[in-house]
Amino acid sequence: MLIALLKLIGILLAVSIVLAVVTVIVVLAIAFVRMVGVGLVQWRDMFSFDRWTEVMVTIGRNKLRTALTMISVAWGIFVLVTLLGLGRGLDAGLRKTFARDATNGVWIRTNKTGVAYGGYDVGRQITFENRDYVRAKDVKGIEHLSAEHYIGGRAWGGSYITRRGGKANSFELDAVYPDTIYMTGQTVTQGRFLSDADIAQHRKAAVIGKVVAEFLFEGDPPIGDWIVIAGIPFQVVGVFSDAGGPEEERRIFLPVSTAQLAFNGGEKLGQLQMTLGNAGPEEAQAIIDQVVGQLAEAHDFDPNDRQAVRVHNNIEQFERFSKLFWMISMFVIVIGLGTLAAGVVGVSNIMMIAVKERTKEIGVRKALGATPASIVFMVLQESVFLTALAGLIGLVGGVGLLGLMSGLENEFIRNPSINLTTGLAATGFLVLAGAFAGYFPARAAARVNPIHALRDQ
Amino acid sequence: MLRLSKLNKYYQVGTHSLHVLRDVDFEVDDGEFVAIMGASGSGKSTLLNILGILDDYDSGEYRLGDTLIRKLSESKAAEYRNRFIGFVFQSFNLLPFKTALENVALPLYYQGVTRRKRNQVAMQYLERVGLRDWADHLPSEMSGGQKQRVAIARALIGKPRLILADEPTGALDSETSQQIMDLLSEIHQTGITMLVVTHDPEVAARTQRTIRLRDGKVVTAQEASVSNPGMPAARPSNPSLS
Repeated sequence: MLIALLKLIGILLAVSIVLAVVTVIVVLAIAFVRMVGVGLVQWRDMFSFDRWTEVMVTIGRNKLRTALTMISVAWGIFVLVTLLGLGRGLDAGLRKTFARDATNGVWIRTNKTGVAYGGYDVGRQITFENRDYVRAKDVKGIEHLSAEHYIGGRAWGGSYITRRGGKANSFELDAVYPDTIYMTGQTVTQGRFLSDADIAQHRKAAVIGKVVAEFLFEGDPPIGDWIVIAGIPFQVVGVFSDAGGPEEERRIFLPVSTAQLAFNGGEKLGQLQMTLGNAGPEEAQAIIDQVVGQLAEAHDFDPNDRQAVRVHNNIEQFERFSKLFWMISMFVIVIGLGTLAAGVVGVSNIMMIAVKERTKEIGVRKALGATPASIVFMVLQESVFLTALAGLIGLVGGVGLLGLMSGLENEFIRNPSINLTTGLAATGFLVLAGAFAGYFPARAAARVNPIHALRDQ
Repeated sequence: MLRLSKLNKYYQVGTHSLHVLRDVDFEVDDGEFVAIMGASGSGKSTLLNILGILDDYDSGEYRLGDTLIRKLSESKAAEYRNRFIGFVFQSFNLLPFKTALENVALPLYYQGVTRRKRNQVAMQYLERVGLRDWADHLPSEMSGGQKQRVAIARALIGKPRLILADEPTGALDSETSQQIMDLLSEIHQTGITMLVVTHDPEVAARTQRTIRLRDGKVVTAQEASVSNPGMPAARPSNPSLS
């Protein structure tokens, strides 16, 4: 509901901005054509040295006022650029967080039942078995399926010591099927990941994280060499790096079947893992319901019992975060544009005052043959120049600040930056904003009646 | 050169219509030096505004050379002002932040003349009014007489058909007034048509002919003096409001 409302506001905002820009362009174009129709105005005036001299002289006459006005525009752009950059940083941070695990991943873990069912009491511990994995393979829509055996009944594999020669440490042990490689963000850097053959033949194979390899092997080639886990030798077949960083590289993957044998795990599985391809939130829920239904039937629990199994659905999570972040960026853009609008109104105001002060001058110019168009251009040029210059200062400041923060990497924000398109769009927007700010003062200037302006006081 | 026929002008004041110029009829020949006199409220300033293409009129005709000046667009009016008319004001109306040279060159700026050419020509005109050495001075650094000379140079630079001077000596002392009138006469000698709006009979006496306005009508000298018996001989700095 709230999201829908915000979306609506966002759309309205976007539409009104577009309308405003279009209106300004059209009004300026009409005003221009009307005035230039018979006028003396020359396009080259825009680029003429004379024009710029005029603008500079005018600006120079009110340095403090001009500077103060420019600060407001510069600040507006600075805030907008910085916020936009931070927004991108937030987005990148979100993606990075989810990069650890597949954004379309679903994890189903065992738990205790929450309701009595089928003659069983409440609070019964559910345990998955290998056949649950085999059965889930038939469910349509699952792209990759895997499962993990909890060595010693614990998700991180208990506190077994892994050693090689004189080096020993406790690393996380994950006993899994080969498809886990598609789910938790690892990249094999040497050798290979676990294979179906490893599972079928109960091979004592191990795929170790980079940190593990560096610690145990200290530069020796690890592939084909042996490590000892809880007194049992395993042969290293692969080394992986992890998108989640070094913490995630302190792990060792073992074939699920081997681990069940070696650590007296029977047929037990701690969790089922799967990815669901391009499934949307609703399709994903349907697939999950089907898998949970199978499990409920096999283990005699109520399929509507939310406690018997714990489902972690990344698709839903990702959607939710995306929406949240979208809302934050919209919010940020609204604030930035608001600040900028205040600056632009400031420029418009100052230009209006300047025009009032220059009434006499404008009257003299008109008496000497200045066309309304040339007066409009004089004011517009000053306004666009001021806004654009101030805006560029703000832009440079914002980009500079983002540059300083570019190394920043934490849980929430990662590499805040602004791309070229946004920068160019901002510049274009500034010129438009300047024209907009100058339009009303310019019109007021063009309407100055030389008779009144020249009347002697 | 310049012809007004049956020219009428009304101002709307509230619900009333004020008849400011009534059937004004006169001609000024090429190269004539004419004074327009009249009391405050006689319609003299309105007439000047119309002659200067700063204001429009309601009926009748105003011809400047062969050109009918009537209901022009603002751009066209600006173009004609620039090409046909040179203004000299009572309070000079120089741009305070521009040097004498830049002020003189301004009309050429609006003709699209290049900066170098403009300044070159402006220097010639400054020399003509005897202010060559003051080219780089700002108006605030000059005396009233000097400022009016700059303004006259500015009025001349566009080679106008007509110079319109509105109380050109109104803000000057009598000696400087004499000098400015000398300068205007001198310029008139070169063949330029000149119209001077004034209260000052001494100024009017320096011209070839005087057109008198009373209550928006052109009148003879006798009519004017009879109707304004108590009018003082000269009222130097009276604001020329319509």
